Amino acid sequence: MSCVTKFFSALGTVVALVTLSGCWERPPIDSYQRGFRGTAMVELNNPRDVAKQVVANGVPDALPAVPDGGPPASTVYKNVQVLGGVSVGEFTRTMVSITNWVAPNEGCNYCHKAGEGFEADTLYTKVVARKMLQMTQAINVDNKAHVGATGVTCYTCHRGQHIPANIWFTPPPAKSASKMTGGDGLQNKASKEVALMSLPADGLTPFLSQSMDIRVAGTNALPMRGEARNTHTIKQAEWTYSLMVHMSESLGVNCTYCHNTQSFGNWNTSTPQRVTAWHGIRMARSLNNDYMEPLTPVFPDSRKGAGGDVAKVGCSTCHAGAYKPLFGAQMAKDFPALTNKTPAPEATAKPKKVAALK
Amino acid sequence: MEYQNIFTRVQVHAPYDGVPLPKSDWWGRDGKPFFVYWLGKFGDAQVGPFYLGGLGVASALCFFIAFEIIGLNMLASVNWDPVQFVRQLFWLALEPPSPGYGLKIPPLNEGGWWLMAGFFLTMSILLWWLRMYRRAKSLGMGTHVAWAFAAAIWLYLVLGFIRPVLMGNWGEAVPFGIFPHLDWTAAFSIRYGNLFYNPFHMLSIAFLYGSALLFAMHGATILAVSRFGGEREIEQIVDRGTASERAALFWRWTMGFNASMESIHRWAWWFAVLCPLTGGIGILLTGTVVDNWYLWAVKHGVAPMYPAVYPGPVVDPALMQGVAK
Repeated sequence: MSCVTKFFSALGTVVALVTLSGCWERPPIDSYQRGFRGTAMVELNNPRDVAKQVVANGVPDALPAVPDGGPPASTVYKNVQVLGGVSVGEFTRTMVSITNWVAPNEGCNYCHKAGEGFEADTLYTKVVARKMLQMTQAINVDNKAHVGATGVTCYTCHRGQHIPANIWFTPPPAKSASKMTGGDGLQNKASKEVALMSLPADGLTPFLSQSMDIRVAGTNALPMRGEARNTHTIKQAEWTYSLMVHMSESLGVNCTYCHNTQSFGNWNTSTPQRVTAWHGIRMARSLNNDYMEPLTPVFPDSRKGAGGDVAKVGCSTCHAGAYKPLFGAQMAKDFPALTNKTPAPEATAKPKKVAALK
Repeated sequence: MEYQNIFTRVQVHAPYDGVPLPKSDWWGRDGKPFFVYWLGKFGDAQVGPFYLGGLGVASALCFFIAFEIIGLNMLASVNWDPVQFVRQLFWLALEPPSPGYGLKIPPLNEGGWWLMAGFFLTMSILLWWLRMYRRAKSLGMGTHVAWAFAAAIWLYLVLGFIRPVLMGNWGEAVPFGIFPHLDWTAAFSIRYGNLFYNPFHMLSIAFLYGSALLFAMHGATILAVSRFGGEREIEQIVDRGTASERAALFWRWTMGFNASMESIHRWAWWFAVLCPLTGGIGILLTGTVVDNWYLWAVKHGVAPMYPAVYPGPVVDPALMQGVAK
């Protein structure tokens, strides 16, 4: 071996090692086959990462159950609009749990102003919390197609924080040099929102706030005329791609968790999880439009996005990188107040201040 | 060992005498030639003299304009920040107009710059093709290289001009940008139902990989017999020497058949040329006559059907609720 050959062999080895150490995860990697052989429908997980994730997604113990019975909360407290039908014991237990989940350091005073009665709606946080209770009930009662029997609690998203970590805002249009490049949909930047691809960075507003078409591929082999014509464009496909990247990143799964990539559009060859995800998209859209948007005037500016919009829900808000939020922990079953709609009969008469929100 | 190294071992330092050029070549070669040792490791050590020529200058000017339009638009998209320009260079792009503009000329900041950059880049490429063709003619050569380049230009024109015109909007065209054009490719395949089921895409891939394989086989064969004079390939087309005999026997023994010293170059040329030719046909058919290649492949028995692995059929929930969003 000549000196030159030796030198380049050594150089090659060093370059290879440096390259590998930057992007390489050491074996073993767990693989789970999820489709017919040869379709590459495989989930790959680094068990060491998963172990860390499982710890990070641990759930707090539920407060001890209270005995059944007792008068409804609306007969004991005033201005109980959502949980009025719940027994007062369960109501108190739920309130304490919410405090632990959302404002463990501030306690009751995060929503109830010190020195005023519990019924006062002085703080915006209380008005938001009421809406969030309705939202949680709506998720558990009306969206079983997505959340199943597992359901959600406040903790699913909040995890001890006032604001869930994984919320999103509609980014305001880029002001930079609009005379040159113009409306690029915040595309072609190195943005984490789309896993460092060059796709539109805001893949959520069109789908989880508005209801732009997600399906871009046609249902006919050949181009059709008239109504049946598939008018979707390649640029629209890029937006759909952005949404799909968000879902994939939020759940920590590959495209093949739901799709056989032979045909992304074909349902026959998809996994049942795609149906769950379909309902999840509709759920997130409805939560944003029916529960978050109406709260826009309630939030102070400091809680809003750069464009003055309200914080919104995406897949990662609950999932936080796990294929099931909190890895499917059965948390909601211990909180009947959150899994049933339980208004007191007299709750229909809303106080003026709250009625003005709608 | 002499011919098994990464680097070329022989450097010839002697001026090219060249050939007498026709009188119509009024633009001569400029500059004094010089030698670069490290260039000699990879190719010829001599640099210059340069032939610019009217077509070359015009082509370079058009390329410079296109390059500047694309670069300045990218710089503008990071608010003229040179640091971000460097950091995000691979992500930045100049996008074609939105499909709503059809084939009309949009405002500059909504795709007008893209049209202009595309025009100048296309002019640059076509002028360069003409220059290549004229140079070959001037040297008394065949025009094989120019026609091979034309095959690549065909694919470029289909992607950026012919197909968008047939589809009726510039928005179907490719953005200028490193990652953006790659993501465009993925989006293109998703929109048109999986390009892998496009038979011309299949052909193009076969010719692409085939080109690489042929190149490796040919390069390796000639290097392996160069100790017997194998690098004098052209002479050995008609005067088969021992290098040719050995190379031929090697392939007959290893794969049962061998090309000739001439035919291997035709194989290579056709494989390389057919790669963008078939690829361009595949792109041209996409959207214009086929909307979903997967469904087309199902219709014609190309796509395999896989057995169900989940209990019960997976049904489109939109069909049950009457909304397909």
